[in-house]
Amino acid sequence: MPEQSSSSETTPSPLVTALQREHPEWISEVVYAFGETTIIVPREHLIAVCSFLKTWPEGQFNFLADVCGADRGVEEEPRFEVNYHLFSTTKYHRIRLKVVLNEEDTHVPSVTGVWRTANWHERETFDLFGVIFDGHPDLRRILLPDDWQGYALRKDFPLRGYEPYSLK
Amino acid sequence: MGLENVIAEALPEVLTTRLDSLINWARKSSLWPATFGLACCAIEMMNATTSRNDLARFGAEVFRASPRQADVMIVSGRVSRKMAPVLRRIYDQMPEPKWVISMGACATSGGVFDNYAIVQGVDKIVPVDVYIPGCPPRPEMLIHAVMMLQDKVMKESVRDRRDVPEEEAREAVVPGTLPVTDGSTARQNTLPESRPYTIASRHERRRSS
Repeated sequence: MPEQSSSSETTPSPLVTALQREHPEWISEVVYAFGETTIIVPREHLIAVCSFLKTWPEGQFNFLADVCGADRGVEEEPRFEVNYHLFSTTKYHRIRLKVVLNEEDTHVPSVTGVWRTANWHERETFDLFGVIFDGHPDLRRILLPDDWQGYALRKDFPLRGYEPYSLK
Repeated sequence: MGLENVIAEALPEVLTTRLDSLINWARKSSLWPATFGLACCAIEMMNATTSRNDLARFGAEVFRASPRQADVMIVSGRVSRKMAPVLRRIYDQMPEPKWVISMGACATSGGVFDNYAIVQGVDKIVPVDVYIPGCPPRPEMLIHAVMMLQDKVMKESVRDRRDVPEEEAREAVVPGTLPVTDGSTARQNTLPESRPYTIASRHERRRSS
């Protein structure tokens, strides 16, 4: 049975139980909180899970609503996480996939091959958190200037930046 | 009494004045701002030209979409670090004589956005003639700033400004123009060399010399 973060929200999603029955190695942890379902996926299975969820008749997650990164803190281990918010426009349900990363190895396979909209979302996550998406067709900064140093949304990035802005 | 009275009697069609006064009067009477809205201050800037406030009374209502036809740049809003070279390029594209109004707290000092993404004052990029406080300033304050700029224009001399094309505009490299790659950009450590917004304009060079 999946782990439950809260005793009051104990309704396991039938999707997750079916997924766990078919591919138990894809799911390392399941979190139910605030009426939302989160699956923590091992990094090496991410592409397989995403492709499966998109074409699975019971899932039909044909829409990648968002990809975002998170920095849990400098001292946390694992430090980074990448969240994939999935939505089905036919079944009208949602699920969240989560990949956790160590600071030394911030590589994640790109899901641009599954959902093309992941392109800019992954570029933004790379731009602000420094997560490298392997296999991305065009991984460069999207929000910050091209000559930017560092990753702005990391917890150890100073709020005012490293370089004082001056007219030399 | 005096040379002017003699000329006025002998040649009634001739008006004598200082050349500076005539040229400055012509310049201040039709200041053309560049259409350049950056944030919420731009809404107030648009409002200044409406029938209620009517910036046209002071000859500055013709917002031009091309910087080549503009005299005044109204920096209306916060300038992000990525926007800074673009703003600088637009300033360089404006022909002489040109003036800059820094509208609002963000353009003047960064305002509440004291962080890595926002330039802490547009005067780090372009020379500013008039600052307007406020968040956002009311249209009356912008109109007042235009009138202050007109007073400033009247005090200038044609000898102070020269209309000479300079090389700085051509060196500008706008960020966000890296070519599309096969994903190798993340592994490269090469950075664009040119930082056009750090080039001092000739006004600043003249002031320092």
